Amino acid sequence: MVIKTKQNGLYISFIILALFFSIIFLSPFFFMLLASLRPGSEIMRNGISLRMQFNTMSLNSYKALFSENYRYFYWYKNSLIIVLIFTTLSLFFSSMVGYGLAVYNFKGKNLLFFLVLIVMMVPLQILLLPLFKLMVTLKLINTYMGVILPFAASPFAIFFFRQYIRGLPKELIEAARIDGCSEFKIFFIIIVPLMKPAFGAMTILQAMRSWNSFVWPLIVLRSTEKLTIPVGLSSLMTPYGNNYDMLMPGAVMSVIPIAIIFLLNQRAFIEGLTAGGIKQ
Amino acid sequence: MGFSRLNTTVEIKKIYNTINSKKVMPYIFVLPFIITFLLFFLYPMISSLIMSFQKILGPGDVTFIGLKNYRNLLNPHFYNALSVSFRYTFWTIAILIPLPLVLAVLLNNKLLRGRNIYRSALFMPALTSVIVAGVFFRLSFGGQATALFNQIIGVFGLEPIIWLQGKHTAMFVMVILCVWRWTGVNIIYFLAGLQAIPTELYEAADIDGANSLQKFLKITIPSLKPVTIYVITISIYGGLSMFTESFAYWADRSPGDIGLTMVGYIYQQGFTYNNFGFGAAIGITLLIIIIMINLIQLKLFGFFKED
Repeated sequence: MVIKTKQNGLYISFIILALFFSIIFLSPFFFMLLASLRPGSEIMRNGISLRMQFNTMSLNSYKALFSENYRYFYWYKNSLIIVLIFTTLSLFFSSMVGYGLAVYNFKGKNLLFFLVLIVMMVPLQILLLPLFKLMVTLKLINTYMGVILPFAASPFAIFFFRQYIRGLPKELIEAARIDGCSEFKIFFIIIVPLMKPAFGAMTILQAMRSWNSFVWPLIVLRSTEKLTIPVGLSSLMTPYGNNYDMLMPGAVMSVIPIAIIFLLNQRAFIEGLTAGGIKQ
Repeated sequence: MGFSRLNTTVEIKKIYNTINSKKVMPYIFVLPFIITFLLFFLYPMISSLIMSFQKILGPGDVTFIGLKNYRNLLNPHFYNALSVSFRYTFWTIAILIPLPLVLAVLLNNKLLRGRNIYRSALFMPALTSVIVAGVFFRLSFGGQATALFNQIIGVFGLEPIIWLQGKHTAMFVMVILCVWRWTGVNIIYFLAGLQAIPTELYEAADIDGANSLQKFLKITIPSLKPVTIYVITISIYGGLSMFTESFAYWADRSPGDIGLTMVGYIYQQGFTYNNFGFGAAIGITLLIIIIMINLIQLKLFGFFKED
């Protein structure tokens, strides 16, 4: 009996704690949603606030976002295109390299794998200036490809795919080789279908990174109609006052697609995050 | 005609066979990385090193000035940027290890129902970009008495604070932004670590009559060492290269440099003042600092030990 009450007490405190933290961590979404429904002038005066004034709330700013002001529409489109190309290229290149490193024995293989780890360890921010100069030379400034190409063969994804492919049965490859399959065919016809779960996890992770990436697009993209959503939103915050009418609904609209994808594919998110990093 | 065509087919077949051999194929597979590494990593690295010894006024107007850029690093802005980056790294580690660890243990408890829902709720912030999160926090940390965080401290009878203007509050708001976004991610790492601990360990401890706290300290914490090392590593990486959090609050200029980080300093020198040589010197210095810290950390955690 005593044990039972003790368990109950413990159980209730667990629920309270979990609920408390969940509410705290979710509340910014709620406040952003509310703020996006209020007129910008009010946000400028009061900031984001607990004080609710339901009578001034409306969907006006959302309407403006997609009709009167075309800038946001372009940013959305740019972000979508960049995510699509980046994710496709990154999955294609990274899985190829991961496969090469996982199944073959060749000269320089260990060195290459070591270099993958080195690139993973050095923050790209250190190379901002020389990379920018290189983009100028290659005439890639203010282009989608300028944003995409330098990071398309992502070391993180290469590492992930290599680990994954090493876990696949090698006999399959040997058998296909005996049957006279070409090396490319082995990869595309036999291995790629087996990597579906890995592709799923990486698609979501790479798409999210690309959708939210900021520093590099900030440097490469130069004209207003070429910006991505995060860079565009940050350009609305200027020393001379912020465009709150666009800022809040713009922020909310940028979270919605990724939130839907997350809620539908939670397992893939978590696998992508943990499988690459932790090897016990 | 016919003969030469036959010859070409034979040639093509020969070439095909060479390419398809296990000698050549591997290199074709890893080629994307080799190109990326040479073009977008090694070349910029070398060019950064060269730039750091130059004064660059424009294309073609470049003079070699030796170590002058590095000597110019000895200035208050640089010390300040170093201090901000290191304090930020320290605080994010100090919070983003214990908090997610405790929450992960909580969410790993079989007693709690609906664990996946809580886990998802705590992970949601990681889906936002730093800029979007920054929009929220910047407006919630407004100096007005009506702004969210001033209202909250007002409940405790405190006067409104101008958060975005003070040295310590600036650090606070940057760390809070990071903690909000990243707690859920670290929870997932720790949960993966917790689930990998064999239950036999706990059963054995139960037989020996260990209590919950003893089990936590003697089994859970030591078993999570690899995960913790990983989390510390990415925290150091993220902390020392932090830029966006600060940019979300103050763009490239904060009052009294309160939000100026190492990478912010590179950006400012390069893109605001067009001082590429000096910016490159900051980058190389930051690189050396990061490599040294990585080596120290690996040594501390015993990575070089042969076992």
